[in-house]
Amino acid sequence: MEKHITLPLTEELAKSLKAGDTVYLTGTIYTSRDAGHKRMCEALARGEELPFNPQDATIYYVGPTPAKPGQVIGSAGPTTSGRMDAYAPTMMSVGARGMIGKGARLPEVVDAMKKYNGVYFGAIGGAGALLAKCIKKCELIAFEDLGAEALRELYVEEMPLVVIIDSEGNNLYEDGKAAYLKQIGK
Amino acid sequence: MREIQAQQITDVVEKLCIEANYYLPKDVQEGICACRKCEDWDIAKGVLDQIIENYEIAERESVPICQDTGMACVFLEIGQDVHIVGGDLREAVDEGVRRGYTNGYLRKSVVADPVRRGNTGDNTPAMLYTEIVPGDQIKVTVGPKGFGSENMSAIRMFKPSAGLQGIKDFILETVETAGPNPCPPMVIGVGIGGTFDKAALLAKKALMRPVDSENPDPFYADLEKEMLEKVNQLGIGPQGFGGKTTAIGLNIETLPTHIAGMPCAININCHVTRHKTEVL
Repeated sequence: MEKHITLPLTEELAKSLKAGDTVYLTGTIYTSRDAGHKRMCEALARGEELPFNPQDATIYYVGPTPAKPGQVIGSAGPTTSGRMDAYAPTMMSVGARGMIGKGARLPEVVDAMKKYNGVYFGAIGGAGALLAKCIKKCELIAFEDLGAEALRELYVEEMPLVVIIDSEGNNLYEDGKAAYLKQIGK
Repeated sequence: MREIQAQQITDVVEKLCIEANYYLPKDVQEGICACRKCEDWDIAKGVLDQIIENYEIAERESVPICQDTGMACVFLEIGQDVHIVGGDLREAVDEGVRRGYTNGYLRKSVVADPVRRGNTGDNTPAMLYTEIVPGDQIKVTVGPKGFGSENMSAIRMFKPSAGLQGIKDFILETVETAGPNPCPPMVIGVGIGGTFDKAALLAKKALMRPVDSENPDPFYADLEKEMLEKVNQLGIGPQGFGGKTTAIGLNIETLPTHIAGMPCAININCHVTRHKTEVL
């Protein structure tokens, strides 16, 4: 199904999304990769607050290229999500529901998604120039010293995504491949 | 003896870093388009269309195709009748990378220490490979290498008794394990023979060869074709969403090896397989 959705990613909205859905997403999202996630989880362990309100938030795993003069942001495609598996359950436990990335997730992440009604969206890996076109605003909000890995608040319009894992744990990586192999009789 | 200024090497490395990251090689573009024509799975067609649109935007607007602008792998084939003057070769290459990644608005993705980390801030050092060849020219190739795919690469030291079947199984196993992580459709570089380190280098060099080229030895040319076909029957598809197009190309490079061994390395690359060459 093709769906146009507007954030925040409430529990109700999250539950309506199914693995394999094509989604055009509009709203405010936050960028973070390995180093940013490590810092955020360390802050939570110390009982500190995050640089943004995590409730119903969506995090985009991306480290963009520097913006050229006149650009909002440089090329900005997803990085491999598996490196954030160690941190994703903690982020979901404080309310962050959406994740945008590419690549496989560990079973413990899928379990946390089922528990907290999380959604894992895939953006096209390697399509950084195309995805940058959907990003209308970009503001650095924390960890400036991390360069490309700094925490940024983005406003995106009609960002093309696919639901890879839904809140029930259905997984397009498994189902999509199985359906294709069945169709070709393998 | 022909003299080449170190400055000329810096200039060409800077230019190639930028051009390789903005403009996808024509052989890769054509490979992707050919796969799009043969693809019959709906979601896969949509993904390939976005991949094509992406490299077209990058080319038109002179921006990086992918935000992972990679580690700068620099291959120099230096003619034995060349004398490099006016500076240190290693520094000349690194200065070219430094300028290319800064002036081209490319991402600086290199950390100074593998364990203690810490970004070097200018994407240096280059991964530099030099080879002395006959002649009085320097052939410079820059291949920016992203790590989503690099991380899914593998090497194995086979017993000779494992034979051809061992190699075939290893290729399929490595691609299957990589699954959606290396941003399929992928390009697969296979290095067989030599020593442990040489096999890995052969696999990297295989990725620098055009995807529509074939190994000059008909035995390996046939193996390239056979394994590409088998990889494309795994069903992983573009981005791992299912489909026919798991790989655009598969190149094999070989070297003689020891009586006791059969090293095999597989270097995985994504659909943004970048390389650009110029001769000084």
